Amino acid sequence: MNVNLKIWRQGSDSDKGTLKTYRLENIDPNISFLEMLDILNIKLVKEKKDPVAFDHDCREGICGSCGFMINGRPHGPQKATTVCQLHMRAFNNEDDILLEPFRAESFPVIKDLSVDRRSFDRIISSGGYVSTNTGEAPEANSISIEKEYADEAFLSSACIGCGACVAACKNSSAMLFTSAKVSHLSLLPQGQKEGKERVAKMVATMDEEGFGSCTNTGACSAECPKEIGQINIARLNQEYISSSLSGFLKKKDE
Amino acid sequence: MTQSNLFSKAPEGELYTKWEEYKSNLNKLTPEEANKYKIIVIGTGLAGASASATLAERGFNVHAFSFHESPRRAHSIAAQGGINAAKNYKSDGDSVMRLFYDTIKGGDFRSREDNVYRLAEISKNIIDQCVAQGVPFAREYGGLLDNRSFGGVQVSRTFYARGQTGQQLLLGAYSALSRQMEKKKVVFYPRHDMLDVVLVEGKAKGIVTRNLVDGKVETHSADIVILATGGYSNVYYLSTNAMASNVTANWRAHRKGALFANPSFTQIHPTCIPVKNDFQSKLTLMSESLRNDGRVWVPKKKNDQRKPTEIPEEERDYYLERIYPAFGNLVPRDVASRRAKEVCDEGRGIGPTGFAVYLDFQKAIEEKGEDFIREKYGNLFDMYQNITDENPYKTPMKIYPAVHYTMGGLWVDYNLMTTIKGLFSIGESNFSDHGANRLGASALMQGLADGYFVVPHTAMDFLAKETPLMQDITDRPEFKEAAEKTKNEIAKLMSVDGKLAVDEVHRELGKIVWDKIGMARNEAGLKEALLEIPKIKEKFWNDISIPGSDKDINQELEKALRIKDFIELAELMAFDALDRKESCGAHFREEYQTEENEAERNDQDYKYVAAWDYAENEEPKLYKEELKYNNVKLKTRSYK
Repeated sequence: MNVNLKIWRQGSDSDKGTLKTYRLENIDPNISFLEMLDILNIKLVKEKKDPVAFDHDCREGICGSCGFMINGRPHGPQKATTVCQLHMRAFNNEDDILLEPFRAESFPVIKDLSVDRRSFDRIISSGGYVSTNTGEAPEANSISIEKEYADEAFLSSACIGCGACVAACKNSSAMLFTSAKVSHLSLLPQGQKEGKERVAKMVATMDEEGFGSCTNTGACSAECPKEIGQINIARLNQEYISSSLSGFLKKKDE
Repeated sequence: MTQSNLFSKAPEGELYTKWEEYKSNLNKLTPEEANKYKIIVIGTGLAGASASATLAERGFNVHAFSFHESPRRAHSIAAQGGINAAKNYKSDGDSVMRLFYDTIKGGDFRSREDNVYRLAEISKNIIDQCVAQGVPFAREYGGLLDNRSFGGVQVSRTFYARGQTGQQLLLGAYSALSRQMEKKKVVFYPRHDMLDVVLVEGKAKGIVTRNLVDGKVETHSADIVILATGGYSNVYYLSTNAMASNVTANWRAHRKGALFANPSFTQIHPTCIPVKNDFQSKLTLMSESLRNDGRVWVPKKKNDQRKPTEIPEEERDYYLERIYPAFGNLVPRDVASRRAKEVCDEGRGIGPTGFAVYLDFQKAIEEKGEDFIREKYGNLFDMYQNITDENPYKTPMKIYPAVHYTMGGLWVDYNLMTTIKGLFSIGESNFSDHGANRLGASALMQGLADGYFVVPHTAMDFLAKETPLMQDITDRPEFKEAAEKTKNEIAKLMSVDGKLAVDEVHRELGKIVWDKIGMARNEAGLKEALLEIPKIKEKFWNDISIPGSDKDINQELEKALRIKDFIELAELMAFDALDRKESCGAHFREEYQTEENEAERNDQDYKYVAAWDYAENEEPKLYKEELKYNNVKLKTRSYK
């Protein structure tokens, strides 16, 4: 198959950036999207041109490194699929395919399709953990957890931190990402002790990092490659209200 | 007998109490004292993140480096199946001793008793630690932790979180690391490649890095350096490793004097999705846990072009069940892989390339129901279908072995210190615990054992005897010289200006390594490899092209810096495989096999760890660590 690619090329966050067109012919529909970009890059290298920068690593849909917009959708057209797991058979011969980086103020562009997502790490650092030191743990089976809760916690914890939720949101909100971590820990007895403080800190950091507000449109969840559910946002809100009532809430303007 | 000249420094004493006693006698530092020391950790996967977090908790100032932007992206995240621990929750007769024995036997008696026993002992603490962190392991309806069984063993001791155990464990270690970052005890350097280790008066006191975003070559000093840099499967070009996994940090340490042990011990995982074409960039693993319910077979007839569903039961050869009635489809990885290669070489392989075998769930679906299979392996089945466009509930999976893990690595003593003082190596990056073959669900175990429970004690002991630097010493000539060398190397690479993309050279290298130093090796092939690899090196230094600037993100330059080291490593692998004139575990020398095509070990002459010293433009020098077995009897491995 043949494809016409329009790719956003940008040197760094301070550069203006522009769309450039590339044509690839005789592509095997069974190769992955990133393998198609590998072919393009080898071609560019041979022409002594700068190849397209994009983040990727495991190519199994689990490390969360890859992710950019394909025809306006994070990770492209296929539901519950990261870019690295997307195959060219999802497109038609002679399709125009538009590739852009995730667009959000809190994800500055590093180069081309690669963006800086360290704001996510800073949200986790502010409270996304159980405060326990190595060697202090009690016998594992001394804590019994209902399977239902353990399974729910797992579903929240399956987030890969790729940032598609932010890119899908018209307000660039990080609510789905943050709420997945809050939910994972608040569903488990180990995480509940610090629950009120955790949610207050993580939400405050999310705001400081410049992510927008959540208006519950559900675009995040619909585009999430791991299908992290909107129920997580409801759980975060519940935790947040309960935290506010307990007086743990840090005032933003303080 | 072999002449051994390398010693593990394991303490004397009873195997069962050795580690606990040793640990209690190690030198300790209070958090106030520890605060005077700085530790550099390279790599923040399972081993690196767990070590960084724990050392920071003990009071040390940790500077952690990764080529990723976030610690959560490390390749540990891709481990699917699970993590072993001798908890005996299933009351099926498991014990520390049994896990120890399974691991020694699985490694075909080429690992160190003392290390493996310690690993088995610590396995229980790991599960406790992870549960306390909130790792959502699978549970039974009663609320307690669930287990499953894995290849090479007959008990259920594998803890898991669906097919995403590595992800959940890494997120646990990442959360512990994040907590210490918030406390400012860990400084994290994202998107940094380590390109050299700096020695001052014979001790590791720092590193040279390249910032991948702006290309700056920088130096950093510390009291010790810990390498947690993973394995080198990507020397084969195609492997199940993540694209950027590399040997560079370890290789640079090797060039500075750290011995490299058993480099040819590389694990080929039996259940991967077969190669489809020349553009393939990497291979995808299907968790070994699938062999609990999947049955491996090929047609009895050669070149059978029928669809699998059209081949009647009596015309199928369930070869693993036939050859190994006791373990059946659950034989260890090396055995399952080699047998798959064998049936394909006979011409009974399936699929368009003939290099694949079936993994069939029909019987399990009939007996246990599709829902049961979906609950257990749903995400793996989805992944398979997405990649191959075939529905494994309806038609058998096609699988073929692929390179997955490297047992070899930097030689370390009982303290996990390399032959360079003050340079430690943990997790897959060292050679220590798996001998010639690793059992399933043991990589996560080892990474976390080293990081949470071993290196924090042994590094503290080492530091307690060192005067803290208390200052930046990067203005010393050793650092300036190392940085200069790195800059010159980058300049040289940028100036090659040939016609080939780095990947093309890598693919060529990978083909040689796979054909000659892969699932089966022989003297003639290895000697050919030693003639061919230098040609690849020539081609690399004369024909590659790296467009763009080195002062900017340059992914071609990053790759070139890695391939350069893979080429040198490939040569060492060939030397190592040539030296070992026996078959053991994953190292199958065709000249040394039994009449039943099983590996023929030679304990008389090869019961040693081969540790190689680097020599520029010369053959590497071999050091040997004689392995002693005081608690297990050496046996021929049998899974029949």
